[in-house]
Amino acid sequence: MANAVTDGDFDSLVLRSSIPVLVDFWAPWCGPCRALGPVIDELSGEYEGKVSIVKMNVDENPSTPGKYAIRAIPTMILFKNGQVVEQMTGALSKGSLKDILDKKALA
Amino acid sequence: MKHYDALVIGAGPAGVAAALYLARFGMRLAMAEKLAPGGLLLQTFEIENYPGFPQGVKGYELADSLAAHLEPYDNITRIHDEITEFIVEGDSKRLLAGGEWISASAVIIASGVQYRKLGLPNEEKLLGRGISHCALCDGNFFKDQPVAVVGGGNSAVEETLHLAKIVSHVHLIHRRDEFRAAPLYLSRLKALPNVSLRSSTVITSLHGEQQLEGLTLKDLHKGTEEFLSLNGLFIFVGFEPAAPVLPPDLKRDRGGFIETDTEMRTNLPGVFAAGDIRSKLCRQVVTAVGDGATAANSAYTYLEQQHG
Repeated sequence: MANAVTDGDFDSLVLRSSIPVLVDFWAPWCGPCRALGPVIDELSGEYEGKVSIVKMNVDENPSTPGKYAIRAIPTMILFKNGQVVEQMTGALSKGSLKDILDKKALA
Repeated sequence: MKHYDALVIGAGPAGVAAALYLARFGMRLAMAEKLAPGGLLLQTFEIENYPGFPQGVKGYELADSLAAHLEPYDNITRIHDEITEFIVEGDSKRLLAGGEWISASAVIIASGVQYRKLGLPNEEKLLGRGISHCALCDGNFFKDQPVAVVGGGNSAVEETLHLAKIVSHVHLIHRRDEFRAAPLYLSRLKALPNVSLRSSTVITSLHGEQQLEGLTLKDLHKGTEEFLSLNGLFIFVGFEPAAPVLPPDLKRDRGGFIETDTEMRTNLPGVFAAGDIRSKLCRQVVTAVGDGATAANSAYTYLEQQHG
């Protein structure tokens, strides 16, 4: 299961993480977010120790989505050393997410 | 290589119905779905026309119920990935699913549809930055702001009705003179004070670099253009097949949808299609479920003849 991050611990868990972090911005009422959920959970296990894969509920955490100008969910942002490396919107397949993680996070 | 009696591609209403019937026939089957079960149901807020639910049912609730219905069957193997190769050689079908080759005696394609794009420059780049295909998901990001919806069918009108409750104003843009949506929806729409209908109008360009900042609209009768300043555009201009890699010999219509007979048989023996991916006029949850059951029945008959 991918862990949850909040506005409160975003800085320490995402921006100051020693490994790349993929954040899935989602909400419980969003169908495509629910479609993506199992993919994110599986990937968080497969990339354990290499890429930290976490989720942020945009209903409970208004400040971070605003800061990154998120206007659609699910949106996934890949961070490396606190910088945005990649931003993707919509429910992507596991294969295409793995491609992006392998190329942009692990390269 | 693992072999199955049947493989179902897609776990929307058509795929789930097909898998349920095949499982109950005692077949050993696999079901490939790259995301969670439900398909386009997961992008639908409320379904009011599925018989047996007089109060309506939320799309995600029906999706969860469909998934739950398959749980008791241990003869279904779930493949959580995309099909990237699909080879038919006589009666043998070989497919590459998530990097692993599998074979199946019968294949039911129920991969559904995806939203069509307008085909304008910038559209891909602004997706998620003001452009959306899901009012339910993204409407709240535009609370008390004006937005535009483009399209003239039921989806466009349903999503407009949902957005009108959240945003300050909806401009509903449609290229034809008349809206195709059901009269019931249109009368609800016309009663809303914060919706303006812009028929015979097309979007000719999308403005903005980091975020959508506005649209250029063209009135097709007058030939005049105007700039509409807003940050949200919801696109519902129909669907295109969400086809995985399909065999080149599979017969499809001009839109790319798979042609079948009334028993869901395609031109390739042992290959069936069900639901929205099929060439047909009525794309609904209720017709998808019917297609799925019919396809499963045809696949079962085919397998019996093969083993005959």
